[in-house]
Amino acid sequence: MADRQTLRHAPSAPPEEDTPYPRLLRPVEGRLVAGVAQGAAEQLRLDPVVLRLAFVLLAMVNGIGVVAYAAIWLFTPQRPHEGPPPPRDWSQLAAFVAIGFALLTVGWLTGTPAERITAWPVAVAGIGALILWQQADPGRRQRWMRGASEGASKNRVRTVLGMALVVIGAVGVLAAEGGLAQARNALLFTGVVVGGLALIATPWLAGLWKELRQERRERIRQEERAEMAAHVHDSVLHTLTLIQRNAHDSREVSRLARAQERELRNWLYQPKQDADATLAAAVRRVAAEEEDAHGVPIEVVCVGDRELNPRLSAILQAARQAMVNAAKYSESPVVSVYAEAEPDEVTIFIRDRGKGFDLDAVPEDRMGIRESIIGRMERNGGNARVRTEPGEGTEVMLTMKLETP
Amino acid sequence: MSPVKVLIVDDHRLFRAGVRAELGDAVEVVGEAEDVDSAVAEIARLQPEVVLLDVHMPGGGGQEVLRRVLGSGAHVRFLALSVSDAADDVIGVIRGGARGYVTKTISGRELADAIRRVAEGDAVFSPRLAGFVLDAFASTEAPPIDPELDSLTQREREVLRLIARGYAYKEIAKELFISVKTVETHVSSVLRKLQLSNRHELSRWANARRLV
Repeated sequence: MADRQTLRHAPSAPPEEDTPYPRLLRPVEGRLVAGVAQGAAEQLRLDPVVLRLAFVLLAMVNGIGVVAYAAIWLFTPQRPHEGPPPPRDWSQLAAFVAIGFALLTVGWLTGTPAERITAWPVAVAGIGALILWQQADPGRRQRWMRGASEGASKNRVRTVLGMALVVIGAVGVLAAEGGLAQARNALLFTGVVVGGLALIATPWLAGLWKELRQERRERIRQEERAEMAAHVHDSVLHTLTLIQRNAHDSREVSRLARAQERELRNWLYQPKQDADATLAAAVRRVAAEEEDAHGVPIEVVCVGDRELNPRLSAILQAARQAMVNAAKYSESPVVSVYAEAEPDEVTIFIRDRGKGFDLDAVPEDRMGIRESIIGRMERNGGNARVRTEPGEGTEVMLTMKLETP
Repeated sequence: MSPVKVLIVDDHRLFRAGVRAELGDAVEVVGEAEDVDSAVAEIARLQPEVVLLDVHMPGGGGQEVLRRVLGSGAHVRFLALSVSDAADDVIGVIRGGARGYVTKTISGRELADAIRRVAEGDAVFSPRLAGFVLDAFASTEAPPIDPELDSLTQREREVLRLIARGYAYKEIAKELFISVKTVETHVSSVLRKLQLSNRHELSRWANARRLV
């Protein structure tokens, strides 16, 4: 005891994060006896259950497991822990003790418990069982397999290997028992013991599995919540701050609110799209940019979608110019944009309910409509029509025929 | 003509007050409800002509209200009113029995118009809903099972396209040289198809639009 005390308080290795190979420590959280298996499992990046079972099995082999455990316990410092030590999981400890007793019983039933001849087959069978058990738990298997990236065939090999080991172990027990005459008896006892073992271990294993799954679900939920919080912080809270700062400027406030609304809607409802890849995403992006620049809401409805190409860039530029005109000059409270992608044709409509104008009265040198919209569309093999009348609002209709690929 | 009796169902008190104020005297707001249970009870007690229904609410949302009220055979019409732009929400309430879908950004005058139209048995499509419907019926991977129900006529498509372009019914009528009544008939017929069509693409399409 005194030794352990001094060891525990002896100057330990430098802090974990500084060393590439952290020192083996015995954590207080999650320990069953002294935290040896828990600490070693963290060190080896294994599940502690595997190591605990290994210790139990080795304990059957002339008590090697007990000695090894005690030795590691002696030479490993405890990890510093703040606050009262958390309670042990007694049910788990009981399960391991039960497994140990069951194995002892197997040894006792089969005759010579202390002798290696019996102990080794038991250990081999145990390892086989371990592999089988590990096989049976998908969550743990996944974690186990992650680094190695092995195929499904390997899985099957593992199952066969585990079963073979179990069979070899059982045969070994029978052989050590000597004689086929008693084989039936031994088989019966083994069956009873294995059955008992399963009876003891199953509820606990099932509980463990359930716990693991719940933990995973909880973790996923927490990650989602963290992502949501990060998003809200970056966008909504930021905008609210800006709105408070610009409270005197109603135009700016509504622009900010509108931009935030659009951004949030996209985040919530729109399929994730690359704004430079498809028509619908590009139309939405252009509308968002002009809405931001001019402070007039632009409502976008898209039907169908297709990949962008250079000719579609032309119709997009024309559509942008039409949105700019509507937002800047029409005095309409809202601009409607409708884009439809059909297999052989793309059409975009930009409509406002503003004051409209007399198309013939537009001076020749006004570049907006004649050049940027009509001219551009015609140069690229498309078509633009403008329908407007004073007081009736304006609608720009852009059409681009496309050869079907 | 007496004003239409309206019940507002929304879980946000501020929003209910806002709608009430915006509607003014155009309709008669007979009551409000804030969740599924109170909505069902108030509809039975007050017998409104039109229910303004929020899509997202505690206790199952608008679709649950539709299921319980329409399932009991009550004669009341629903207009869905939501901030949501999600296709499956929109298609969901329409297929649940709502006669229209408008977003909360709608102006008070337009909303009063929409309520009156729904009360008269017509359908109300916002530009976005029209876009969704065009999109859903356009995705023809499988041949329609029932040609009458599973596809839109050329005229219905034209009407929907104009709605999506931001045209009011009156403007559509002028554009297509038909009467407003005919426009309403086309829209109602689209609504019927939307509600009755068994096209699995409709639901699948709506689900595919969901952001995962």
